[in-house]
Amino acid sequence: MQITAELVCFWIFAIPLVVTALGVVVARSPVYAAMNLVAAFFFMAGLYVLLAAHLIAFMQILVYAGAVMVLFLFVIMLLSLDEEHPQRERRRAMQYVGVLGAVSLLAVLASAIARVPDAAMSTLAQPDRFGTVKAVGQVLYTEFLLPFEVTSLLLLVAIVGAVVVAKERI
Amino acid sequence: MATVTLPKGNPRTKLLVTLVVALALPVILFGAVLVLATIAKPEPVAVFVREVLHHDPATWPFTGLVYGVAAGLLTFMILNFGAVVAAVTIWWEMRVSSRMQSRIGYNRVGAGGFFQWIADAVKLLLKEDLIPADADQLLFRAAPYFVFAGFGLIFVALPFGESVIAADLNVGIFYVTAVTALVVVGILLAGWSSNSKWALFGGMRSAAQVISYEIPAGLAVMVPILMAGTLSMQGIIRAQGAWPWQWFVFTNPAALVAFVIFFIAQLAESNRPPFDLPEAESELVAGYLAEYTAFRYAIFFLVEFGNVWIMSAIAVTLFFGGWQVPGVAAEAYEAARGAGALPAPAWWGLQVASMAVFFVKTFLVMNLVIWIRWTFPRIRVDQMMNLCWKYLVPGAFATFVATLLWQILVARVPVASTVSGVVLFVGALVALVQMLRLAKQNVEAGGDQVDLSNW
Amino acid sequence: MLTPLQTYFPIGVALLVAVGLAALMVALANLLGPRRPSVVKSTPFECGSEPAAGSPRERFGVKFYVVALLFIVFDIEAIFLYPWAVLLLPSQGYPGLGWAGFVSMGIFVATLVAGLVYVWKKGVLDWAD
Repeated sequence: MQITAELVCFWIFAIPLVVTALGVVVARSPVYAAMNLVAAFFFMAGLYVLLAAHLIAFMQILVYAGAVMVLFLFVIMLLSLDEEHPQRERRRAMQYVGVLGAVSLLAVLASAIARVPDAAMSTLAQPDRFGTVKAVGQVLYTEFLLPFEVTSLLLLVAIVGAVVVAKERI
Repeated sequence: MATVTLPKGNPRTKLLVTLVVALALPVILFGAVLVLATIAKPEPVAVFVREVLHHDPATWPFTGLVYGVAAGLLTFMILNFGAVVAAVTIWWEMRVSSRMQSRIGYNRVGAGGFFQWIADAVKLLLKEDLIPADADQLLFRAAPYFVFAGFGLIFVALPFGESVIAADLNVGIFYVTAVTALVVVGILLAGWSSNSKWALFGGMRSAAQVISYEIPAGLAVMVPILMAGTLSMQGIIRAQGAWPWQWFVFTNPAALVAFVIFFIAQLAESNRPPFDLPEAESELVAGYLAEYTAFRYAIFFLVEFGNVWIMSAIAVTLFFGGWQVPGVAAEAYEAARGAGALPAPAWWGLQVASMAVFFVKTFLVMNLVIWIRWTFPRIRVDQMMNLCWKYLVPGAFATFVATLLWQILVARVPVASTVSGVVLFVGALVALVQMLRLAKQNVEAGGDQVDLSNW
Repeated sequence: MLTPLQTYFPIGVALLVAVGLAALMVALANLLGPRRPSVVKSTPFECGSEPAAGSPRERFGVKFYVVALLFIVFDIEAIFLYPWAVLLLPSQGYPGLGWAGFVSMGIFVATLVAGLVYVWKKGVLDWAD
């Protein structure tokens, strides 16, 4: 396989992505886990850029690295780290469920990747406007209109849920 | 009565040195950015490899490396430009502030205190870098890098001139919004890792404020995007005209409101007065940077003032026609370029003119920010949240809907945008004249006089 | 036409240069500045008096959490508006979304405005109490 600039960049993003993703799981302090998550999202955005998915790359940064991060940090601060007592035993069941979820996700992704023809894997084969704001939007607002509308309901539920959970203490 | 010792040295030499530096600095910075932005493109690099290095650019393995070096130099220059602009902004703000408060302000280092920023930087370099014992060592050290990286990344996407932009992204303004998230993470980290009560309060308040005002800012930005039909920074500028009545801010009445919302939201996002409650020195000492010293502090400080320039530049891009030079059509640049590997002299002239226009507009908006600082008292936290969620967010939604309707109207009756442009522009001029007249009246009534003698 | 790598290359370089520049200056400051640590210097600053008892990392008002959640929801909404705003009118070979697009985004935005009204009525936006 010929070494191209794209390939070099891929490894520059891919290896730290795996390292930081492991860091999220391994880190003892929740704040460090959160910071590893930010870094992982950034490397992920780099991979999206290599795939010419311009819009998705910066959505990744804005929503995950920005918004979710702020939420995570707020939650961590709300939990008050100093009083944390690890309750590892009770979480055992959750861990099994988590592993099961991860394995099934992996299976779904692997089967999806296996079905993609090799020719479609190269970014060079894509048309010029691939991944641009307009190209993504065109598909989103016509072909995937229903999922898009359902998203708004999901977001509404999130707002209501947050208020219900927080309201007892406001 | 205290005796005032005048600074030593020949005042004339000092003035001369200051003037030379003050003039040379923009020439060098703008020149370097312009030249490098022109060179650091794949085609000129290919020509350079063929003509100067005598290699075939398509097969020579190091063409990419040459391009990389050129792009690296360009971004390095742009970052330096950003840092120097931020530093000079500090000087300018201090001078203007002192005039507004009838005091002298910076006047020791260089004529008019122009070199104060260099002296400050040297001073902060020589200070002890303290890290509190209880702080989270790693995150405390890392926080300034997040903030500075966010600052640097935005500068790369700012359009300085017609073809002077390091990365004209297809997602342009969206990229700028996304990268701002880095600064929030940095501020939160700084506040949390310091393990100090003031810093934590400041960090939390700041984060809550920045993310809240991100919403009206993002919605107000939607108005120019709707009018231009693109997210690219250069595309948004090209969709506007050069004359004031062709700017987005005047061609659509809703855009004028959107600009006001955007401007207020940006003031809050960069923690500028009257939204400086995260670092309100009278209640929180210095907020999230209370524990920072030496150059780590300087980085936060620099970014904060650099943000004033950034927000002004973005406002100019979105609403005030960017670098468009009156009387020069979009095709004129292409025509003046010529067929050569390097552009013709006329093209360079046009580029310089476009950069000058952009700079002057940005500078004027920046002065507005400074003016606001000394005009409004700091608002309270609850007022800050109310203003954002109960006024600006619904207001931004309203301008968005109004723009949709306006665009439909313009599609049917194209003359509407010209009429609105002329009417609103004349209105703005009348308001400006009236304001100046009132100011003059007030000065005269108070027995005061405009004195610019001791600059 | 630039490849994605060429378009985004300056951004990668800017990230490196920004972090490098900041690291250089901090290192320089560490080199030039004095280093005389003391117990007093390394305590948290509380206006010159002894730090009050208790860790600062106490529980925080839950209001911050609600604000963060509101932000995420409206941020995602804004993200969906960006592509919609550039596509609404016909351009560059795209037919434009027309009235159908108008209606679909109308429903989307109306749902979220309902959420904002709900939060408002529940008094979550009143920071003072």
